[in-house]
Amino acid sequence: MAMKQSVGKRAGVTILAWVVAFLIFFPILWTFLTSFKSELDAIAMPPKFVFFHWTLENYAEVQSRSNYLHFAFNSIVLSIGANLVGLLISVPAAWSMAFAPGKRTKDLLMWMLSTKMMPAVGVLVPIYLLFRDFGLLDSLLGIGLVLMLLNLPILIWMLYTYFKEIPVDILEAARMDGASLLNEILYVLTPMAVPGIASTMLLAIILSWNEAFWTLNLATSNAAPLTAFIASYSAPEGFFWAKLSAASTLAIAPILILGWFSQKQLVRGLTFGAVK
Amino acid sequence: MATQQTTAAGRILVAPSVILLFAWMIVPLVMTLYFSTLRYSLLDPDQTGFVGLQNYTAFLTDPNFIAALINTLILVASVLLVSVCGGILVALLMDQPVFGQNLLRLMVIAPFFVMPTVSALVWKNLLMNPDSGLFAWIARSLGFSPVVWFTNYPMLSVVLVVSWEWLPFASLILLTALQSLDEEQKEAASLDGAGPLSYFGYIVLPHIARAITVVILIETIFLLSVFAEIYVTTSGGPGVATTNIPFLVYKQALLNFDVGSASAGGIVAVVLANIVAIFLMRMVGRNLEG
Repeated sequence: MAMKQSVGKRAGVTILAWVVAFLIFFPILWTFLTSFKSELDAIAMPPKFVFFHWTLENYAEVQSRSNYLHFAFNSIVLSIGANLVGLLISVPAAWSMAFAPGKRTKDLLMWMLSTKMMPAVGVLVPIYLLFRDFGLLDSLLGIGLVLMLLNLPILIWMLYTYFKEIPVDILEAARMDGASLLNEILYVLTPMAVPGIASTMLLAIILSWNEAFWTLNLATSNAAPLTAFIASYSAPEGFFWAKLSAASTLAIAPILILGWFSQKQLVRGLTFGAVK
Repeated sequence: MATQQTTAAGRILVAPSVILLFAWMIVPLVMTLYFSTLRYSLLDPDQTGFVGLQNYTAFLTDPNFIAALINTLILVASVLLVSVCGGILVALLMDQPVFGQNLLRLMVIAPFFVMPTVSALVWKNLLMNPDSGLFAWIARSLGFSPVVWFTNYPMLSVVLVVSWEWLPFASLILLTALQSLDEEQKEAASLDGAGPLSYFGYIVLPHIARAITVVILIETIFLLSVFAEIYVTTSGGPGVATTNIPFLVYKQALLNFDVGSASAGGIVAVVLANIVAIFLMRMVGRNLEG
């Protein structure tokens, strides 16, 4: 098919591909451009695409008026902290299921996956009440706990599929040499598993960063991450598009960059290995 | 293979995950089930008692529930239609050897990484605002009057936003599947003189059928739980025009403080999701054997 295409057809396909990609990407580009406009330029008709007075004042305002860094800090602490703890719990589990599977390992994996299918509203009420009674509402500890638990099945599944690809012979050789279980994990498994663990972590951070059901319901101000901060723009006062754009750009830029690096892992992680 | 020692160690290593997931899902789910049979309002906490299935009958016969159920199904079905059909087209296009292929793929996948609250507010204001939004300008330039999106076509507007979020996911998964189509098959088809349509129908579509099913199942799971997009744009309105089941349960629980009724709604949502989940689990499970 692709071999004997005429030059004209090729050019046509190329242009079409660029137009489609541009249209899909456009809302993000538009947000980025708007973040450098004055509020008046942001609502100007006809719209100003690149010929406007570029300014950084929105970025300064977003910080000075609404303390952007507080929310950004929460997002960073929550998405990295929760998943680091998650890794500590999931790596041993995935390791043992990949290398010392029992009769019920497969059922166990499927059960873990099934917890991910549970819609959040099914447990919203009891979790909310428990959090209220234990004073966990709007606390980094409480939200972090939820984010960690949300990702745990995905962490275990992804790690499991990566660990499965490590040749068992090497581990057995280490065992023959008298390596203890701990040494086996630390010195033999870990170096081979690091790439898989890193990609798993990357995807998990992205998912936590963008999580917007529990963060909106359980956090109000102290522990609120960027998702909740942006949501506060849904009922603003006065002109706010340029500021909304600046806040949005800051909120999505880091994760967009991480996301672009993790495309391949995304497919694997989100389909639980069903598409590779 | 596995010695007794490693099996025992394995149990200990798996235990924390199992206990945590059990505490996180099963325990609250049982509590939800229990609450759903009680008269339990946070506004009037002394008035409690077992009411049997009364919350369910109340919830299921509530016209708002029927509306929410229909809205949920419309939302899921429309977004699936747009993202899967669009995703196939985008994936086919991105699979072509064009100039700047890698950059194009980055642009197409980008919306998936945008947090839901940002996507929804950017679309609602910067693009779909009837006075100063970009769509309004395009409509006026072409001589039409601008569409008042979220007031006149609330559900369509939400569908648009959510579709934009999920189109990249479908495209990426389907592109991955397309790329595993081997060159020999492509060559054989072109030597046999297969036209583009029969090539697509007989070779490409069967090859990506499995990936399409996976996309549909996974998207359904997530789409049944759409919440943030509605929360920041329409708050379920106007009326209940964009209230889906998650949003209705949220309203019952955290705005009306009716724990009993919200729990019944939660259980209904769980049952709905499980219908889809069973199929997905089967597909993933089959993969695990291989």
